[in-house]
Amino acid sequence: MADIFDRVKDIIVEQLGVEPEDVKPEASFVDDLGADSLDIVELVMALEEAFDLQIPDEDAEKIHKVGEAVQYVLDHQ
Amino acid sequence: MFKRVVITGIGMVTPVGNNLEDCWGNLTGGISGVGPITRFDTTGYSSTIAAEVKNFKPADFIDRKEARRMDRFTQYAVAASRMAIENAGLDLAAIDRTRAGVILGSGVGGIETLEEQHKVLMGRGPGRVSPIFIPMMIANMASGQVGINFGLRGCNVTTTSACASSANALGDAFKIIQHGQADIMISGGTEAPLTPLAVAGFCSMKALSTRNDDPAGASRPFDKGRDGFVIAEGSVILILEEMEHALNRGAQILAEITGYGASCDAYHITAPDPEGRGAAQSMRAAMADARLAPEKVDYINAHGTSTDLGDKLETMAIKEVFGEHARQLAVSSTKSMTGHLLGAAGGLETAVCVLAIKNSLIPPTINLIEPDPECDLDYVPNTARQADLAVALTNSFGFGGHNATLVIERYVAERES
Repeated sequence: MADIFDRVKDIIVEQLGVEPEDVKPEASFVDDLGADSLDIVELVMALEEAFDLQIPDEDAEKIHKVGEAVQYVLDHQ
Repeated sequence: MFKRVVITGIGMVTPVGNNLEDCWGNLTGGISGVGPITRFDTTGYSSTIAAEVKNFKPADFIDRKEARRMDRFTQYAVAASRMAIENAGLDLAAIDRTRAGVILGSGVGGIETLEEQHKVLMGRGPGRVSPIFIPMMIANMASGQVGINFGLRGCNVTTTSACASSANALGDAFKIIQHGQADIMISGGTEAPLTPLAVAGFCSMKALSTRNDDPAGASRPFDKGRDGFVIAEGSVILILEEMEHALNRGAQILAEITGYGASCDAYHITAPDPEGRGAAQSMRAAMADARLAPEKVDYINAHGTSTDLGDKLETMAIKEVFGEHARQLAVSSTKSMTGHLLGAAGGLETAVCVLAIKNSLIPPTINLIEPDPECDLDYVPNTARQADLAVALTNSFGFGGHNATLVIERYVAERES
């Protein structure tokens, strides 16, 4: 769990250009981390790539917070 | 009643320096910015040299996340614009930003991004192509990003006319202010074509110098030994401002832009008109626009790319337009040092004219050792020359037969007519 969280965090820091300490499970990509719609698409693609996943659009639309992204990866790995 | 248009700031990211001082110092010192290509493996390329921008750090000018969303050509433009705004002493909070616009020229736009993402498409399929591929690649995005980064809400477009792109951009920006439609225009050009595909394409055209063992000597406009241009990259941005607006804010005035002419050879996709008619027409139109007699011109910053035909025909056109006066005026090609910045060349060379007038110093044409008998004007060979300059012209010609000429004059408060 901690390992997955750290890997997801690294991707978020890289993709969104945010500080690591701001990437908390309850942080919202749009409201707290300043992501726009293109960022979200990039982020989902980066997660798919890193964890060898296929994240369908209908699932991606439900991922709003850092913790939700981590949980999604845990559930589908 | 036309408004007068002055130049109040310059910003530069070039192969001979990433700021105004370094760039001007090297240009007047006769220093070449050409070297072996370091950006990619040049095995199999006929030309392996280029004038690369060195030590450019996007983070010095652009937020890290924003920089990731910009192709290199956009990063250069935003950086050069930031330096130009600073050089002009422009307080963006104090101006009406609905009357400040942007017109940049770019020949090839985000071709580096295009190539990278095409590799992704071929290797990993359509689902892996980046969602920011299109906004990074499109050629207008440098203009768009300058508008976004500085909150400029006036007219914002991009001109594309190959190697005349930024001369056309500056001409259009000049006209917009002259006609009273804006107070300030950020204008110039940007280009980042040092990519495997783009260089291969220019190699196949046999447009590039293959003097690979002598990079600094490869760009030799008007010299008998010239064998093609040296491809280059960078961005040069000028702040064009309505004269009263500049005076009211107590701005430095570097020079005045007084004329713009443009024409088309209507002849061939890459070869220039065999009599240089389009080039001559462009110079004449620019001087007519400035209401200027040819005898008043002191200096021409030539297109002078170091190609066999181009240098010869530009010389022919200058002689045709200026008659006897062609022997009196100074001509130089700074591409001998900077290489050819393609769509950004006109911006750089307009800035050179401004600085030459301002500093009473003409940058040389370096590598002019044995002049071509058909290129027999005063090209300011090899060493900069002090000269009192009142009027300068700059020529830019592009594939497609595009020609553009700008007239830059020393700023004087009272002007006739």
